[in-house]
Amino acid sequence: MTSALNPRFSFETFVVGAANRLAVTAGRTVAENPGSAYNPLFIYSGSGLGKTHVLMAIGHAAKTIASQLNIEYLTLDEYVEAFHAAIAAGQGDAFRRRFQNVDVLLVDDVQFLTNRKEMQAELLRLTEALQQSGHQIVLASDRPPAEIADLDERLISRFSGGLVVDIGIPDYETRVAILRRKAEERASKFQPGVLETVAQVEYPNVRELMGALNRLIAFQAVNDMPINEEAVRKVLGIATAASSTAASPTVASPTAASPDEFSQFLTDVTVTVGKAVEAWRARVTEAVMRWEGEGYRTGRLEKLLDQEQPAAVDDAIAAYVQDVERLKALEAEVAVLDPQAAGEKVFRDPDHMDEAEAAAAKVRDGAAPPPAPSAAFPLETYVVGPSNEVALNAARDVIAKPGKKYNPLVIVGKSGLGKTHLLNAIGLELARKKNAVVACLSTQAFVDELIAAIDGNRVDWWRARYRRATALLLDDIHLLSGKERTQEELFNLFNQLVDADRQLVFTAPAHPNTLEGLEERIVSRLEGGLVAEIVEPDKELRRSVLERLLTQQHLPMEPALLDYLADRPIDSVRSLTGIVQRVVEAAAAQDAPVSAGLAREVLEGAPPPRRTTGLRTSGIVVSSAGGVRSREKMVWDWPAAGDRVIEDLR
Amino acid sequence: MSLVNFTTREITCKIVYYGPGRSGKTTNLHYVYGRVPETRRGRMVSLATQTDRTLFFDFLPIDLGQISGFSTRFQLYTVPGQVYYNATRRLVLQGADGVVFVGDSQARQLDENIESLQNLQSNLLEHGVDVRTMPVVMQYNKQDLPRELILTPPDLDDALNFRSVPSFPADALHGRGVFETLKAISELVLKKLAAGSPAA
Repeated sequence: MTSALNPRFSFETFVVGAANRLAVTAGRTVAENPGSAYNPLFIYSGSGLGKTHVLMAIGHAAKTIASQLNIEYLTLDEYVEAFHAAIAAGQGDAFRRRFQNVDVLLVDDVQFLTNRKEMQAELLRLTEALQQSGHQIVLASDRPPAEIADLDERLISRFSGGLVVDIGIPDYETRVAILRRKAEERASKFQPGVLETVAQVEYPNVRELMGALNRLIAFQAVNDMPINEEAVRKVLGIATAASSTAASPTVASPTAASPDEFSQFLTDVTVTVGKAVEAWRARVTEAVMRWEGEGYRTGRLEKLLDQEQPAAVDDAIAAYVQDVERLKALEAEVAVLDPQAAGEKVFRDPDHMDEAEAAAAKVRDGAAPPPAPSAAFPLETYVVGPSNEVALNAARDVIAKPGKKYNPLVIVGKSGLGKTHLLNAIGLELARKKNAVVACLSTQAFVDELIAAIDGNRVDWWRARYRRATALLLDDIHLLSGKERTQEELFNLFNQLVDADRQLVFTAPAHPNTLEGLEERIVSRLEGGLVAEIVEPDKELRRSVLERLLTQQHLPMEPALLDYLADRPIDSVRSLTGIVQRVVEAAAAQDAPVSAGLAREVLEGAPPPRRTTGLRTSGIVVSSAGGVRSREKMVWDWPAAGDRVIEDLR
Repeated sequence: MSLVNFTTREITCKIVYYGPGRSGKTTNLHYVYGRVPETRRGRMVSLATQTDRTLFFDFLPIDLGQISGFSTRFQLYTVPGQVYYNATRRLVLQGADGVVFVGDSQARQLDENIESLQNLQSNLLEHGVDVRTMPVVMQYNKQDLPRELILTPPDLDDALNFRSVPSFPADALHGRGVFETLKAISELVLKKLAAGSPAA
């Protein structure tokens, strides 16, 4: 029942002039900040002046900026029809819920609310609900709220409470610009002066102007020869340029006894002015109006007007237009990197192109890519064993098909099992791909960056930075606990990246649904991909890790040492690294070779006590201060009870 | 006052109807006012005494709409004719782009006409304007009066129009010559800008 947005009706195809600039600016603002700028936005104008175009353009622009937004465009009649159908089917509540979930609601032709009390009540309720939940509502009508007959006072005040803007009849320059653009769109060429002649007629709306253009195009096609100004007058029934002005509806006034004298006077003045204002001045003025209307500074063109007879006016205008196009390109480029910087004035001043280029270059440089994965964790050095096989295989799949297979991939496991290593390894592999921008960082850094961005009023920039990422890898996602704003941002980022098939990888100490302080919507999204667990290293893995560590330290690969160390009760690779380090340091201190004996001595303190004393000890010495003195137990995690029994028996 | 503003695309012409008392300046404006469609004219401001003599000045703004992309406005003023209102006349004359000298065709008013012309010249000089550079047209009003009371246009030209500016016989009460005069002064004013002095 909802009309689709017509793709032709975008801001890009809308010719902006003095009469509609406010409406377009307000529309753009609303599209950029739905729900927060002007809510509701109420646009009114006579028929055929572009209400629907602006309304749909808002929808397009909002969708382009945030693709996940739920945007609905419909006319009031469609709304009424849907409402009646819903009531008839007993689905009134469902109908209300449906519209309350729309992020940007665009309602056209609201003037038809006249004499529809129940729809007014319904729309009032909807407007309130949307406003309260921060959703945008934009309305269009052919008259201001207060002039819609029989409209509920509360609705009038609601509608007027946001921003009410009108679109007026386009002025001469805008009419020329519209005609030129439409002619261009239809690949129709006209002789100079033809479109200007058409534009001199003050058509009450753009639709009629288009009608006139259509007639010209048809006429030109039939006659197979370019139409000239004279023929235009005949085709469109314009007597002379001046009388057309005089004959326009605004002039025809029955109170004037004899308008002939005045009309004649007007004609004469028009001729004189036409002669006085040389054609080149008119062209320059037209260009000034056009670009000023689009928000560009026109000092350079205005300077031309100060001259008596400037040389090569058209070249100057062309050069100016070229500069403006370059500014547009720069601004578009910058907008991707840093939306806030794109609004800077420097991109609107063709007289200082160098400044604009410099500003763009600065943004380019400043648009530091998001933190990259650490090169210290290559995939090659990641030691595989049964305990981490699942996670590693998932990682390989992710590397082979980023964004396609497991999205997100959540690697869970206790501290020191190599989650960070695997995360960075995935990041490094993904970064090898062409045009890849891999963001890989700890959640704490992510939170800190956001705080800095909020502090520096650069949140847009921060967001843009991550939105560009082809993959986002966050270490220790549980640190998001209680960080509501970061969760909110991550949620949005998550959706955008997943929608665009970008890979997401997270690590967590435990299964996401057991993590505390994470919002349900985040948890459910984490659960939605693959949760791969890394468990405590098995003996095989420990052995591989030891071999690698010993090789790295250039130590002899003594089987007794390997066996002893691999059998040590440790619960993480990190602990294993730690004990090897201690043995190596002790060996260096004693200037003795690294051996199983030395390792035992270092790790267990004294050689195992002989049982001759008949005294059984647990191997733990409790100091008088109450602390645990065993060096091994003090520093490292307690081994599992079962392992300890074996230890004691050894 | 800027005559043509290319930046805001406006043409504003200030035209002052000058002449001796009771020569018919306000009548000119009234006639124009009656012929301009309502939507194009502003409110005519007339400050008159009980006997309908212009006390301060009359003001009639006319909006000619968009001409060649310029929003064109004419502002028509009259000055009080009586000798003792010279300060007002000088004030109204300030920034004028063109002057219509409305002369009284009655033979017995010739001296008043000449005096008023001289007054125009001196008042313009006060503003640092040479009357020779100012667009001026002459209108010989009241040509509808009996022949024996009035001078013919050629006679008046001889007596008043030393610089041979365009001159028009007129009967402002009935409208004859009113728009011709306005058209002539408009052309002169606009041509002056064509001559290459887009006033800043």
